[in-house]
Amino acid sequence: MTHTFVGMPPFPAAAREALANTQLRHNLAHATAVIRAKRAAVVGEVEDWEGLRRAGAAAKERALLDLETNLLRLEEELTSRGATVHWARDAEEANAIVVGLAQRHGVDEVVKVKSMVTQEIGLNDALVDAGILPWETDLAELIVQLGDDLPSHILVPAIHRNRAEIREIFLRQMAQAGRPAPALLTDEPAALAEAARLHLREKFMRASFAVSGANFAVAQTGTLVVVESEGNGRMCLTLPEVLVSVVGIEKVVADWSDLDPLLRLLPRSSTGERMNPYTSMWSGVTPGDGPQEVHVVLLDNGRTRALADEVGRQALRCIRCSACLNTCPVYERTGGHAYGSVYPGPIGAILNPLMRGPGDPQTDSLPYASSLCGACFEVCPVRIDIPEVLVHLRSRVVDGHRGDRLPTPEAVAMRAASWAFADASRLGLVERASGLSGTVLGRLSRSVLPGGRASAGRLAGPATAWTGARDLPAPPRESFRQWWARTDGGRDE
Amino acid sequence: MSEARGAEFAKWSNEDGTGAGARGEILGRVRAALSDKGYAAQRATAASAAPAPGAPSPTPAQPAVPRRSPLSGSERLELFAERVADYRAIVERCAAAGLEEAVRRAVALADSVLVAPGLPLDIPGARVDDGLTASALDIVDAVVTTAAVAIAETGTIVLDHGSGQGRRAITLVPDRHVCIVRADQVVDDVPDALERLDPRRPLTWISGPSATSDIELTRVEGVHGPRHLHVILVG
Ligand code: SF4
Repeated sequence: MTHTFVGMPPFPAAAREALANTQLRHNLAHATAVIRAKRAAVVGEVEDWEGLRRAGAAAKERALLDLETNLLRLEEELTSRGATVHWARDAEEANAIVVGLAQRHGVDEVVKVKSMVTQEIGLNDALVDAGILPWETDLAELIVQLGDDLPSHILVPAIHRNRAEIREIFLRQMAQAGRPAPALLTDEPAALAEAARLHLREKFMRASFAVSGANFAVAQTGTLVVVESEGNGRMCLTLPEVLVSVVGIEKVVADWSDLDPLLRLLPRSSTGERMNPYTSMWSGVTPGDGPQEVHVVLLDNGRTRALADEVGRQALRCIRCSACLNTCPVYERTGGHAYGSVYPGPIGAILNPLMRGPGDPQTDSLPYASSLCGACFEVCPVRIDIPEVLVHLRSRVVDGHRGDRLPTPEAVAMRAASWAFADASRLGLVERASGLSGTVLGRLSRSVLPGGRASAGRLAGPATAWTGARDLPAPPRESFRQWWARTDGGRDE
Repeated sequence: MSEARGAEFAKWSNEDGTGAGARGEILGRVRAALSDKGYAAQRATAASAAPAPGAPSPTPAQPAVPRRSPLSGSERLELFAERVADYRAIVERCAAAGLEEAVRRAVALADSVLVAPGLPLDIPGARVDDGLTASALDIVDAVVTTAAVAIAETGTIVLDHGSGQGRRAITLVPDRHVCIVRADQVVDDVPDALERLDPRRPLTWISGPSATSDIELTRVEGVHGPRHLHVILVG
């Protein structure tokens, strides 16, 4: 089972809470605006960005198309280079493998490179249950871990925290985890980074067991790739004697040359840099250099379920750059926690339901956490058509309620939406039509929302779960696209 | 390890022979997941020839990967220097005859200097790495190495940790990294670098000093890796 944030309410309720938190909205709006500008600048430098996107999508698609062959090649190459390959069907199996290896080496702590997949499987909890302390070494992960908080962004898990809050957390918590923060710590980012450097230094120097993920795994050469900024990754991948990398099976690419479009796409889309400060590549064990015992855990945990979905499988191309989060008007207003998963934002809204399957109200609500504006697709470096998958998943949720006597309003709306999205040129048409019906609904509406917008009231049937927590606004007179163009996505409003 | 834990581990670990259950099941799920018609047809075209070990996979209608327009020799070196400097690294150019002098200046303020075995330079007082521990490396002020490849477009140097570059730890723990790049090692862009590199060696791609943008997405140079990167471009 995929790890969810325990007790997390479905998206609409969580979003409403998050919207009330103005500090969070302010932090997020600032951070995402900064990164959008940086991304746009370095993407604009590339002569044929669209061609590069197509090549990136093709490289990942090709790997998925022949996933079995690629996984077997990867295993063979890794094994021949001295690594031990493990296979894990789900989170529990993967955790048991990592915990078992740590116990076999008798360690009571491990250092960790930031990795989405170990968050997904809840590895830290499993390690703690076994009496082993997992130290997060990425700065943002450290902030989340020390703050006893939840990650809210793929790239910068502590994006919801501002410098003053981070200073507070360091002053309060560092001493309990090791070297305390300097007493005169200021909230300058450089000072905070220095405090983290000193705090983690002693952990790196003594570490003997490390856990990482991987951004890419090359089947042809058995090469694992970790992309990072701070050097904490290099510390973990280089200094300890034992290295365990947990790798989702969708991380595999067929050939060495496939790294080319991907390594040009990822840093530009992610941190808005031409290249991230450090990228480490290794293939099994290198005698006399780095860990001499290397394990790779290949993890399914719902990925094959996503792969079986003909429309949804494109989500497995995701390289976790977070560009779709940074550009999403819904994410910018609600933050990452509202999605109740380590994969928030537009990609989370499709990946979580695809990997977990339908049935859970929290997961089922995620495909509705979108206005279908299409901005996520525009920025996605591997051209995942997130709106297409969202519409598809909405109809799947609705299909789960086929027994209902009458088609629900949501079902009708969603069928119309999927018709509209099947052909982009239809979209403008539909928007004009819904603008029209908005004026009709507006007159018939039973209540008025705060801010004076008309409400369409609450819907019946399966949509109740959604509208029960959120008043459904009547379709606006101005379409989302028109509003977006006029206000630059609400930022000028 | 407790007995129950041990048994649990044995159940899932390949080493103990029984992880095969998970392996077989995952591969079976993959096969089943891709059995629909559209994919089956695409696969048939793709799998007409099985790849020889180590050879690239067969390519079903791959779009060409676009490349940047080629740079002339001098443009390439200029762009490389400019892009390295953009990361707030120090970059200087010198002729082969001036290299030794440039390196000495670069480490003039360092109390302790380490070099990788095989570095083709004489640096007075420098110690050649002979497997120092991490803690010993932590009190080294500066390390001097060569590189394998450098990328103009992204301002990146790549180490393959061969002769002159040393094992990975020596260019990681000390606070100042002085890296010597020959002009003929500089290539235009990422795909050119991949063609020159040996994927079976450990590789470290370095673009500027270590940095983080984790606090309000403001870039701060200097976290865990070397806080000072000094690139000397020769020729
Ligand atoms: S879906 Fe695309 S844009 Fe979003 S994180 Fe994944 S690769 Fe990046």
